Formats: sequence, C-alpha cells, structure tokens
Amino acid sequence: MTEQIQHIDQKLFEILEAVSDPEIPVLSIMEMGVVRSAKLQDGIVNVQITPTYSGCPAMDVIGDDIIKAFQEKGLEAKVELVLSPAWTTDWITPKGRLALEKYGIASPLNETADKEALLGNKKLVKCPQCGSFNTKLVSQFGSTACKAFFQCEDCLEPFDYFKCLK
Amino acid sequence: MNNNLVQYIFSIADNSLILGQRLGELCGHGPSLETDIAMTNISLDLFGQVRSYYQYAAKLIGDDATEDTIAFLRKERDYKNVLLVEQPNRDFAYSIGRQFLFDVYHLLLLQELQNSSDATLSAIAKKSIKEVSYHTRFSSDWIRRLGDGTEESHNRIQTALNDLWVFTEELFHQTNAEKAMVSEGIGVDVSQLKEAFYKKVNTILEESTLQTPNIEYFQKGGKQGIHSEHMGYILTELQYMQRTYPNMTW
Repeated sequence: MTEQIQHIDQKLFEILEAVSDPEIPVLSIMEMGVVRSAKLQDGIVNVQITPTYSGCPAMDVIGDDIIKAFQEKGLEAKVELVLSPAWTTDWITPKGRLALEKYGIASPLNETADKEALLGNKKLVKCPQCGSFNTKLVSQFGSTACKAFFQCEDCLEPFDYFKCLK
Repeated sequence: MNNNLVQYIFSIADNSLILGQRLGELCGHGPSLETDIAMTNISLDLFGQVRSYYQYAAKLIGDDATEDTIAFLRKERDYKNVLLVEQPNRDFAYSIGRQFLFDVYHLLLLQELQNSSDATLSAIAKKSIKEVSYHTRFSSDWIRRLGDGTEESHNRIQTALNDLWVFTEELFHQTNAEKAMVSEGIGVDVSQLKEAFYKKVNTILEESTLQTPNIEYFQKGGKQGIHSEHMGYILTELQYMQRTYPNMTW
C-alpha cells in the first residue's frame, strides 16, 4: 500500500527521514508511513501527515518536529493533518518492521492472524527477545493506543505487540 | 453557517466527549492494571475522534470558535449527548455495561456515517471504525466474562444492564437537526439502526447467559440538551481549568 504515498523529492525525503516517532525513537516517521506527501511550493514545504490512532498524542510532537527539522535546513514548513485515507499498519515499511523488532516491539501480523492472536486462540506473536512463539496475550491494550501487551512464556519477558490496523 | 450541521456534529461528538470523560475518571482507579489501561486507552481514542469533529465544527462556526471553546465553554443545555454516556461508573459492571451498549450503537452509526456525502464526516467515520471495532470487541468480551463468570459477576452485570436499559431507546430517537441532515444525505437515520442494535446486543447477552432486560418505559432528553442530574458534575470537572483560568493553554 506504500505506493499510495505521493512521490517525495529526495532532498525533502532525507530531512523527513531524520524525524523520529517520539514514542518509538528508533522509527523514522517515513518508516512509520505517517507522511502522506511533501511538496516544496513558493519556498514553503507543505507536509501532510496522517494519525496512526485518532487520539495519538505523538502527532502534535511529530508536527512540531517536522517544522523544526526543516527550519534547521533553512526551510519553512507547514504541516497539515489529513484523515483520509486512514492509516494502516501496512504502511509501516519492511525496514520499519525490523527496527520495531530490534527495539523490542513485536511488529503487526496480517489481519486474520492478528485477530486469532488477540482473541488468544493461537500463538502467533513472536517474542522480540528470544524469538519464541510461546507467547500469551496479557492485555488487549498496552502502553500506547497502537499496542497490545504480551508475555513470552519461555523467556518470561513482557513485551509490546504493535496491533494490526486495517 | 449551517446550524443543523453544527448541531448534528455535536450530537455525535458530545457522546464521545462525555463518555471519554467518564472513562478518564478510571485512570488510576481501574479494578486491575489491564482494565485501567484499557478504559483510558478507549477514552483516548474517543477524545481523538472528538477533536476531529470539534475542529470541523469550529471551522463551520467561524469567529473565535476553536475545538477548546466547543469542548469547555458551552452550557449544559448546549451539549447534545445521550443520557447513557453520562451515567456514573458505580462499579466495573456499570462501566462495562455502559461501554458495551454504546460501542454496539457507535459502530453501527459509524458504518453508516462513512457513506455520508460530507467528506469530512465520512473520513472521521472511516478512521474511527477501526478503533471502535476494537472497543466493541473488548467490551463484548467482558460482558461474556462477567455474565458467564461467577454468581457475583453475573448478578452485578445483570443489575447494571437492567439499570442502563432505560437509556437505550434514546439512541434511536431523531432530533430535528438529524432529520434535516438525513434529508441532505449527510446524516445517518438512527431509527434504522434500532433493529440491528437490539439483535446484536441480544445475541451477546444470550452467549453470556444474561437476560435481556424486560422494560417498557425509556428515558430520553440528552439529545435535546435535557440531561440527568449527573451532567452538571461532569461539566464542573471538565470545564474547571478553562473557567478558572480563561484561555489557558497547556
């Protein structure tokens, strides 16, 4: 689904890639798929971002961080929040998914597998610490709106699972 | 300004604001850490949705209106939420019962609202459906768990549902602003959602070994701004900061 993102000029892309998600600092907002478009027009960069969850408190910070990142490069930026099309976890890039795992957050499964895992029917979520699939759901809601809380029954580490959002 | 549209937005968004406030009261007071986090996460989703609605309403109203003036500076009569969402938490069964009844209705409403001819409302609905589906799953699970749990949990959730049932009919009552919006292809005809609502609710109650409350009278008024005695207390807390320190920002 990443093809839905409008082409972003390489120079702007690089600046945006340096901006990270404040709640998952290892993840750039480009890898997260929240930047929908960025265009330089009449000396102003217009950036459109879309929220992961409606109430995500990170969005305001991301907006401010984008403006700051462009300011440092001597560019003025304007950030607009767009709701449609609604963000989906499919927009997290493969590189982003790896970064999540490395950071200790299990990345989203596909929709069907996600449902099975969150209903506790099947053990499909991989522990980002030891790689075991012997994991259990502790809570449907986790530390942020986008995550559920799991525990590995082999290494016993609790961890966050990034819920599939379609 | 299209006043009917503004009133219509309030009638949808105020439900989420007031329910979000009720859920927020559980922050740090949930019966367990997991349910505490779940209820406040749902609250956060609802507030996020409210912001989108109010920002849109503020644009329509113009002048100095902002999402904050709409949320914090209206008088009680100007809030158009249903009576159900303002009911107090009492015990966990009441919080879950209230959540479950509202979630089932909310999801049905959004599934229709996504087809609205109003592009902004349609976009907010599409975004919210994903979140509200998850809320519905959570509250339905808990209805089953409490209903089919111990004798104590069964009795408590049955009592809560019996008490909350009188507020269900109002969800399907149409106001004049709603009727006007339905005729313009913007609004959802809520009276058409009634059958699907009771069917869905009854199915889950049956799975949970719970009885569908047998009640013949219903209470309404919230959608006209005539609220229960609880509303004033909610607003007192909700509006405190803006009333005490006008125009304050975080």
